[in-house]
Amino acid sequence: MPHWMSRRLLGLLRKEWLQILRDPSSLAIAFVLPGGLLLLFGYGVSLDARQVPVGLVIEQPSTAAQSFTAAFQNSPYFEPRLYATLQDGREAVRRHHVKGLVVLPSDFSQRIAGASTGSAEAPIGVILNGVDANSARLLQGYIQGVWSNWLQQESDAHGLGLGLVEPVAAEIRVWFNPELESRHFLVPGLLVVNMTLVGALLTALVFAREWERGTLEALLVTPVTIDEILIGKLLPYFVLGLGGMVLSVLMALGLFDVPLRGSFWVLALCSTLFLLTALGMGLLISIVTRNQFLAGMIALLVTFLPAFLLSGFLFDIDSMPTPVRALTYLVAARYFVTILQTLFLAGDVWSLILPNAAALALMAGALLGLSRRLLHKRLE
Amino acid sequence: MTPISPLFTRLLALTVKEFLALFRDKRSRIVVIVPPLIQLLVFGYAASFDLHRIDYAVLDRDGGAAARELLARFEGAPSFAFAGHLNHPDAIGAHIDRRAVRLVIQIPPRFSADLSGGRTASVQILVDGRNSNSAQVVRNDVVRILADFNRDWASAQGLPGLPTRLVIRAWYNPNLESRWFFVSGLVGLLTLVVTMMVTALSVAREREQGTFDQLLMTPLRPAEILIGKALPGVLIGVVQASLVMTIAVFWFEIPLTGDLRALYSGVLLFALAAVGIGLMISALAATLQQALLGAFLFMVPAVILSGFATPIDNMPAAVQALTLIDPLRYYLVILRGVFLEGAGFGQVWPQLWPLALIALFTLGAAGWLFRHRRY
Repeated sequence: MPHWMSRRLLGLLRKEWLQILRDPSSLAIAFVLPGGLLLLFGYGVSLDARQVPVGLVIEQPSTAAQSFTAAFQNSPYFEPRLYATLQDGREAVRRHHVKGLVVLPSDFSQRIAGASTGSAEAPIGVILNGVDANSARLLQGYIQGVWSNWLQQESDAHGLGLGLVEPVAAEIRVWFNPELESRHFLVPGLLVVNMTLVGALLTALVFAREWERGTLEALLVTPVTIDEILIGKLLPYFVLGLGGMVLSVLMALGLFDVPLRGSFWVLALCSTLFLLTALGMGLLISIVTRNQFLAGMIALLVTFLPAFLLSGFLFDIDSMPTPVRALTYLVAARYFVTILQTLFLAGDVWSLILPNAAALALMAGALLGLSRRLLHKRLE
Repeated sequence: MTPISPLFTRLLALTVKEFLALFRDKRSRIVVIVPPLIQLLVFGYAASFDLHRIDYAVLDRDGGAAARELLARFEGAPSFAFAGHLNHPDAIGAHIDRRAVRLVIQIPPRFSADLSGGRTASVQILVDGRNSNSAQVVRNDVVRILADFNRDWASAQGLPGLPTRLVIRAWYNPNLESRWFFVSGLVGLLTLVVTMMVTALSVAREREQGTFDQLLMTPLRPAEILIGKALPGVLIGVVQASLVMTIAVFWFEIPLTGDLRALYSGVLLFALAAVGIGLMISALAATLQQALLGAFLFMVPAVILSGFATPIDNMPAAVQALTLIDPLRYYLVILRGVFLEGAGFGQVWPQLWPLALIALFTLGAAGWLFRHRRY
């Protein structure tokens, strides 16, 4: 038995375990919450649109209009609905029946025929419901894609526009996630949100309860030292948190088919560092507040929400205004999200992982050290 | 003047007591008022899918005038920021791997020659796909810049252009700013958070302290207890929503184009529904910690399934069916409709009645639980 693993510490650990096993809510936070969240997110949250309802307004049927319609019908991105007048189409946008409208005006086929002999190009109107700006922008991209494929196809079939040789053609390659599956991007970030919840919320609540009930003071009159109390308290929750992490990683790999291109041991090591940071935050919050209600609220406010918003999990940090971007450096989740997205999708990129892991280690040390000092002070 | 009915006096007393319980402690007062405002500000600025100044690097192996002209268009685009030139193709991988840049534009040696010779010239575009959404937006922007370049090049050279052209307009949000979408949705999110915080803990706290039994023994009927417990939550929810909407309009300059009466019908019905859920959780919870956890376990899925950040239409059918019982879903459609689409009662009605149904059910269930859940 190592010298720090005293009998007192073992007793404390045993007590803590019994408490965890007795109160189902701790186990719920550690396992049900991450598992449930991951399922919900993995299946529920997607930025990939499929079969978007769009309206096609064909004011006058023609062969060009027909092939244009077919192009939309054959695309997996769209579920086109046909309208004969612009009036009907606009009404459908207003009633949210379609997300956007593509309008072929009545003189479309004449103008497209005229365009190949040198007169002005035939306009195709596109109206998007811009309320959800991001979806609207993606929809715009899909519409442009269908449109340019259709042009290519038409010119191949009829020798329609003679000038269809593109001056510049782009070969676009997307690394790490060529299919652009949003799940592969979201699931690693979600693990971070989960770990934050398990680590910080659980510790904050559990410690605050002991303060409220005065059982921590009762512990202090016994011969155990502060370090023993800290280890005795944190170790069980650390194990719980790691358990939650293992469960989440298994789900990510097995259920959601997210690739893990980095090495397992780097993942384990970085998770340990982050978990220590999260536990440190929870501990600090509970020492400062000593009240379950406040600890819960503050834990949500300073750990969960930033992990959600300011970590790069969903929203791009590089696009945030400078003051907000500066704020993200204080958020531990930011470093872990960067590490996980890289580990899962890109691999062991040391030049990225090492600085971020160092930042996590620094934060864990600072938070746990500060908690220990404050605990010391509070007790004197 | 008619005498104030004893019913009214009892209700008033209970409501006043609830407010006192909530605001007596300075720290819980702060916790109810300040965090939503901080969330609004941080959220308002951080939550956006728009791209600004995404760093990109260039590997120009051509150096001709046409290449420079194309690159100038990227420099002029607000979504991109030029980060530097690369000297060798081998440098591309390292730069993207460590996220120094998110986009690399490689121009091959014969670019200018091909272009002026009337052959199709190619450019290679490499995008970091770790953030799939940003990657897609980057890709669309690149395609748009290239299409503009092609069009201008063709007309400058007197080549026939494309036979058709897309004329794109976005209704309700002409510049496609995702802040309009998120800030109007945030009104809903914060109303939910604050009403849940106020109500979910109210009964649980009394139960933990044993005062709920005392309350049940007073002449107050369960329905009256329900109203007394619900009123503060509804009031605080409506006030909070108004405050957040004011900030949204005057600070974030989100247009408010629709009918305010339709908006407030939505706010009120949603507050009632949320309070009902909060009280249900509170009535079921044995301790404060369980109530807190319960509120949380409800709020997270409610937000995820509401269409707050990602569209409901992208979800699988089974999950979409689940969103039908989420009151936030309806509330967000009302908020965004009235704020951005200029909606009135006519457009909002399909959202109002499901909200009313949910409110009726949850408040009824909460009242029933008050009486039937005993420890």
